[in-house]
This record gives sequence, C-alpha cells and structure tokens, in this order.
Amino acid sequence: MSEYILEMHQITKEFTGVKALSNVNFKVEKGEIHCLIGENGAGKSTLMKVLSGVYPYGKYKGDIVFNGSIQQFNKINDSVDAGIAIIYQELALFPDLAVYENIFIGNEVENRGVLDWNQTIIESQKMLDKVNLKVNPETLIKDLGVGKQQLIEIAKALSKEVKLLILDEPTAALNEDDSENLLRLLRELKSQGITCIMISHKLKEVISIADKATVLRDGETICTLDASKGEINESIIIKNMVGREINAIYPKRENKIFGDKILELTNWCAYDAQLGRQVSKDVNLHVKQGEIIGLAGLMGSGRTELALSIFGNPKSYKLQGDLKLHGKSRQFKHTSEAMKAGIAYVTEDRKGDGLFLIQDIKSNISVANMKGISSNGIINVNEEIIVGEKYRKSMGIKASSLEQVVGNLSGGNQQKVSLGKWLFVNPNLLILDEPTRGIDVGAKFEIYTVMNKLISDGMSIIMISSELGEILGMSDRVYVMAKSEIKGVLTSEEASQEKIMQLATQ
Amino acid sequence: MKLYMEAKELISDNIRDYGMYIALIVIFITFSILTDGLFMSSRNLSNLLDSAGYIAVLAVGVMLVIVIRHIDLSIGFLAGFLGAIAAILLMQVGLSVYLVIPIILILGIIAGLATGFLVAKVGIPAFVATLAGWLIYRGALLLVTERTGTIIVQDDKFNAIGNGFIPSLMQVNGLHVLTLLVGALGILFYIYGAVSNRRNKMKYSFDVVSKQLFLLQLVFVSAIIAYITWILAGYNGFSWTVIVMLIVLLVYHFFTTKTVLGRHIYAVGSNPEAAHLSGINVSKITFLVFGSMGMLSALSGILFTARLQSATTTAGTLFELDAIAAAYVGGVSAAGGVGKVTGAIIGAVVMASLTNGMNLMGVGIAPQYIIRGSVLALAVIFDVTTRKRGK
Ligand SMILES: Nc1ncnc2c1ncn2[C@@H]1O[C@H](COP(=O)(O)OP(=O)(O)OP(=O)(O)O)[C@@H](O)[C@H]1O
Ligand SMILES: [Mg+2]
Repeated sequence: MSEYILEMHQITKEFTGVKALSNVNFKVEKGEIHCLIGENGAGKSTLMKVLSGVYPYGKYKGDIVFNGSIQQFNKINDSVDAGIAIIYQELALFPDLAVYENIFIGNEVENRGVLDWNQTIIESQKMLDKVNLKVNPETLIKDLGVGKQQLIEIAKALSKEVKLLILDEPTAALNEDDSENLLRLLRELKSQGITCIMISHKLKEVISIADKATVLRDGETICTLDASKGEINESIIIKNMVGREINAIYPKRENKIFGDKILELTNWCAYDAQLGRQVSKDVNLHVKQGEIIGLAGLMGSGRTELALSIFGNPKSYKLQGDLKLHGKSRQFKHTSEAMKAGIAYVTEDRKGDGLFLIQDIKSNISVANMKGISSNGIINVNEEIIVGEKYRKSMGIKASSLEQVVGNLSGGNQQKVSLGKWLFVNPNLLILDEPTRGIDVGAKFEIYTVMNKLISDGMSIIMISSELGEILGMSDRVYVMAKSEIKGVLTSEEASQEKIMQLATQ
Repeated sequence: MKLYMEAKELISDNIRDYGMYIALIVIFITFSILTDGLFMSSRNLSNLLDSAGYIAVLAVGVMLVIVIRHIDLSIGFLAGFLGAIAAILLMQVGLSVYLVIPIILILGIIAGLATGFLVAKVGIPAFVATLAGWLIYRGALLLVTERTGTIIVQDDKFNAIGNGFIPSLMQVNGLHVLTLLVGALGILFYIYGAVSNRRNKMKYSFDVVSKQLFLLQLVFVSAIIAYITWILAGYNGFSWTVIVMLIVLLVYHFFTTKTVLGRHIYAVGSNPEAAHLSGINVSKITFLVFGSMGMLSALSGILFTARLQSATTTAGTLFELDAIAAAYVGGVSAAGGVGKVTGAIIGAVVMASLTNGMNLMGVGIAPQYIIRGSVLALAVIFDVTTRKRGK
C-alpha cells in the first residue's frame, strides 16, 4: 500500500460564468513526480491555486487532504506552513534585487528583529548548492538568464521546509539544456524525498520524468496514467488530452514556392545605449516570400532584440546597416511605420508587453488594427464583435465570452489571443517570438496549421523559438544566433539538432 | 422573487459600476431627511449642480490623465489664471465673449501641450512637471491680478455661463418648458441607447439581463432623470453650467467609448509597452490627454470666473485636489487603464452634494473636511476591495 501525501476530492471551482473545475479528484503519492497535463484552459493552474490557498477555503467546493489531515488554507502562507511550495507559471522574482534577497524574501533571516544579511548570504549559498547553481548570491536577478532564474525560484521554495513542490510549466521559457538541468534537479529532489507536481505541455519531458500523470480536460479528471504500467507515452497522453488522435505534430506543407526577397538585412547592427552593449552585430539575413525562417539560439542570444530592431525599433537602439523591404531601403521611426510596411511582431512576453490584461478579448484582438473596425476614427462595435468572434473560432480560444477579461484566461489561451491580434493585422512578414510557449499539443498543431495557411496565402514568417523540434519541423531555413551574431544558416535538409546546438554554443 | 434575486446578483456582480450611483442616492436621501426636504428643493439642487460644474469638467480631464498613469497638479491654478486672463480680455482689452472663450480654450490647450511635452518628450515625471506648473500658474495668476486685485466682470453674456439659465421659451403652470423638453429628450436618448445596445448584445448572444429587470432598469433611470428635470423645471430650469457639463459628458463619453483615439488612451493606460508594440504612438496619446486637460482647465476657469462674476487672486486654489478626489470617487484606478467619464462627473456631484448638504445643515468647515476626506478614503477602499473580489 502506498501512501498518499495529497488527496484532492471532488474539487469544484467556479468563476462568474465559467466552471473551471468540476468534481476533480487528484491523488499524489509520497515521493513521486506527478505530472498534471491537459489542454489550455483545462484547469491545471486553477487546481494548483486551489491547493496552495490562492483561492481560499470556502471559495471552492471539495476537500483537500494533505499529510493525512483535511486542510483549510485561508491564505497562501497557510499552505507554505504546511509544506507546500508553488512556483507559478510566471516567475515572481524581483529583477533589481540580488539573488540572496530574492531567496529569502518574505522569509527573512532576522536577528532580534534586525535583518542579518551576512547570515542570509550564507544560508542562500546553501540553497544554491542544493539546486547545483554556481552563481554569486550577490548577483542581481536581472543579470541572470531565465534558466538560472527558474532554479532560484526552486531554491527559494527549498528555503522553506518543503514537502510538496509544485511547478507550473517550469520549462516553458527554458531551452533544452536548461530544461534538462531542471529535470535532473527534480529527480535529485525526489531522491531526497520531496514530492513534486509538475504541469507541462512538453510531452517529452513528461515522458522522461513522470511516475504518474493525471490528465485534465475541460475541468474534469480524465485519468491518471502510471509509468510503471507503461501508460505514459505520447499517443496515450495525446489521446486522453485532446480526445482524438493527432498523427503528425508538424503538419506538412505541400508544394513550396518561394518568391522574391521580402526582407533583407545587410551588416545590420543595433546598439543598446541603455545597457551599453551591442545587441545585434553585423547581421546578414534575408527572408523570401513564402518562407518560414527559423531563428534558433540560446536564451539571450539576441533574437528578440534583432526582431525588435526590425519592427520599428521600439527600444530606440542605435541602428546601422541596411534594411531592405521588398527591395527598397527603409528606416522605421516607430512600430506603427513598420506595421504600415507590413511587418508584425508577436512578442514572447505576452503578459509583459503583449496583452492588455485588464481589457476583454475583443478589444485585445482589435487593438493593433483599429482601422479594420472603424471608419473616420469611430469604432463600429458590431464589426469588432464579428472580428473577435472570427479569431476566437479560428484560434480556438477557450473563454466564457468575447467579453472575458484577458487576464483571467489560461496562459495558453492568452497566447492565442496574442496571435489572433496580429493575424487580424494581416501583415506580409510575421515575426513570431516563441509562438507556442505554454500551448498544448492540440493547439500547437492548430497554430502550425495556421502558419502554413498564412504562408500559402503569400505571407512570410520569421519564427524565433527555443524548441528545436519546432524549428526543425517548421522552418525552410534556419539562422542560428549566438552572442548577438548570426553564426550560421542551414537549409531544412542540412539542419539537425546537433548542428544547431553546435552553432548556438559557439 | 426571481427578479429580486437577479437584481441582487446583477448589483453584486457590478457593484463597482453601481456603487457610486447607490452612494449618490443614499447621500441625496440622507440629506433630504436631515434638512426636511430643503436639500431636494429646486433652488438648492440647481445651486448644487452649478457648484459641481467647474470641478466636474476638471475631474473628467484629470480622470483621463490618471488613466494613462500620470497626474496633473497644475490644473487648479491654470484654471484660475486663465479665468483671470478671460476677465482681463473682457474688461480691460474689451474683446467680445464670443472671441474670449475660444481664445481662452486655445490658451488652455497650449498650456496642456506644454505639460505634455515635458512629460512625453523630455521624460519628466508628471508629478514634478505639474508641480512646477502649479507654482508657475499661481505666480502668473498673482502677477496679472496684482495691480488691480479682484477683477470684476461686467459682461452679462459671460456671467450667464456661471449663473444664467437656458431660456424657457414659455412657462406652463410655472414650469420651465425647454428644460422639460431637454429632459424628455434625454430620457428618449437613454432608452434608445439602452434598447439598441441590448438588442445588439442579444444578436451576438452575449449575456443580457432578463426582460423584466431590463424594463425595471429603464423605468428606474428614466424616473430619476424625469424627477431631477421636474425639480429643476420648477425653479429656473437648466442652468448653462449644467448644459456645459452635459455637453462635456456627452462629448467625452462618446470620445472615450466610441473612438479609436479613446480606445488608444485606455490601451496606453493599461499597458504602455504593449501599446507601443501594437503601433500606438504613446507620446501622441500623452500629448492628447494633457492637451484635453488644458482645455478643460480653461473651461473650468471660465465657469468659475463667470460664477463669481469676477477673477480673484486666489481663484483655483485646491481645485486640482477636489478634481482628483472626484475622479477617484468616480472609480478611476491609479494602476491605469480604468476610469469612466460618467464616473468622474458623478464623483464631482457626490463631493459637491456633501459640501452643499453639510452647509445646509450648518456643519462647520473643520468637520466638513474630515467627512469629505473620509468619503474619499471609503470610496477608494470600496473600489480596491471590489476589484480584488472581481479577480
Ligand atoms: N479569475 C478567473 N476568472 C474567470 N475565469 C477564470 C479565472 N481564472 C481562470 N479562469 C478560467 O478557468 C479555466 C481554467 O484555467 P487554468 O488557468 O486553470 O487553465 P490551465 O489548464 O492552467 O491552462 P494553460 O495550459 O493554458 O495554462 C479557463 O477557462 C479560464 O478562462
Ligand atoms: Mg496554466
């Protein structure tokens, strides 16, 4: 008889108008790594928020049994005291504070009411050792890559007697190396007896790490799969998640025809005066009509900066070199000029600079193309609804209505809104920055299908991605960046995981 | 009973939107009882609305400034200063009202754009830039009134803006006919708007309230408009100040809810980085909002000067704080991106009613400040807690 550290019985959670969870049962055994999987909006994050006391006792129905006793968490600190630590989908570190300050924030080391910084630093060093991270505790968070930041989140969790560690899509923003590193750490924690719940859309990871996997769909438990019974494999997971089978993850594109060069950069340099460093160095790159260009590289290799320097230069870099659009040299003073010229950029940071979280779905979709729903500067509300409805359907955005506030959508559905917004702009050149981050397998397939359709309608796409599978599966040519430079370009035939990683780590 | 449940749910779901109206009604009823009905008399109500006017227009402007996450402290003395300029142009230069008003409004816009320039282009925090403006306009006001002291305005047309009433066309049973007409038109407008809005929502199968509740809403709001119109019609009818307020309300309501620029303002307020990446020119919007603020300050100055029939050396003192308070009572959020024109105007009326009611009751000035401060704090506490709950 194995022992359950956590049992959630008949959990039901409603928001006005939506039932996010209905009678969910979820059991986790002591010492296992249990993955929670399901489509976007299935209710995974909500279930974990119920568990950690974000939604206090009484705001949901059902029972939580943790460590053998029924728990009633009224606030997050209650669950922390019980030994539950949660790392949310969005990192919650303070970029301008040092590593040691972040690790002990809210849990400060005091000596008679006075903060003891020396002790804090010593303690934080211990935590860093636990997560095998070699950084100086006095480094500022903003100077670290996302991968390391994620480890610091875990170090922070470990600083408080944790029995159950919950990670909500911890690897969504990580590249393969960092993800591998994180998974290794989880295994190690497991060997020390820490139970772990991990939410992930990356099936490969789930397969490699999970002892059990529970699938949620539309707020209901579908099943719990057991690795020891050989149930955790791609096809079983997908079938349970999506409710149907998906044969190819990357849909094939028939008869590829490439036209003229749409975009051409020659000796393109961008200098960030604020950071005082070169963010693009001598970039030479071109995109033909009908091409999907993959832009691969590690986090911080300068891909986003390159995209921004093309898209109207919103960060006011000092630019040098030549940008040709349809064969004509161009200079854009503002994002709106780049948009007029037919360029669109879908940001990687949907919450930070992509969406208007307090506004509803329809205004988020229309915001970049108000011309499309207005005449003489006056908005046609009906038109806006029709447009919103169109993209809600075509992108499969799961929401109670078009008037739902975007901040309340699940992470993946937010991503779909962000994409829909730019599709409505109908650009010639679409720059996608991590387009499928946090998106479930079914929806990924839909997004790839949309990309193929756009290409066949004559669009061109630059896709920045840290997921090598996606780069290999979708791109016609791959540019690899490292240290703000293009280190090489590979055709789809030449490209392979090894070659890309080799160039990226040069 | 079902209707009651639905109404209860509707109110608790939209408590943020309705809270202000409920507060206003409570305040009105309380003061009516405490003053034996004096508060709701024609003359007092008319007086109350006139005294809310010059703050209400400022509140609308500053509400938008707060929506884009800035603040403007200079508006009070800018209003005072421009009011004094208006008085000088009328009395000392001898220009006609029809020239003075547009000149003052344009001066206001220029002053606002100057603030906008400092904030959007130079990058000075709005608090500091407009604190400088506060000092400068205060000095400027003293400078132009120093020699003469208070400037008496003897221009009937100009003074009518602050004291006069719209012509009645004819009196029937002592009632002001044009006022009744305007009120009736307002009700028709409201009903038409509400019905077509509901139809539209049903067409796209959005949530709408049940038919009975909808009818109840229609009747309720129409009754309130009718009642206020009726009371005002018993005295001198709508004052020009009320008309100006209504025009500002209509124009800004339309502007903020129905136009692309209005939408851009809220986009910039709710996420400036995302707005920039969506092709919205953030500094243009900043200029626009501060320009509009300047114009409304000028309008406020005109209303106030006309109401006093003179420009004084201290005109505009603390207007900015009253306006900011009104905007917050009206539900604007300091985090940006949230705020309604109707809210700002109701907020100004709430604050004016408090002053007016307490004056009628003979409450001293000291408790008045304390009570108004408490109401402001309560309003914001209410706003913050209901917002949390909404999440
Ligand atoms: N505060 C809220 N108000 C209204 N609806 C909400 C709120 N929070 C979540 N929801 C809804 O609950 C459902 C479940 O959301 P949840 O965030 O749990 O999904 P998820 O499984 O984590 O998805 P993803 O993989 O995209 O992160 C969604 O339909 C979402 O729109
Ligand atoms: Mg989630």
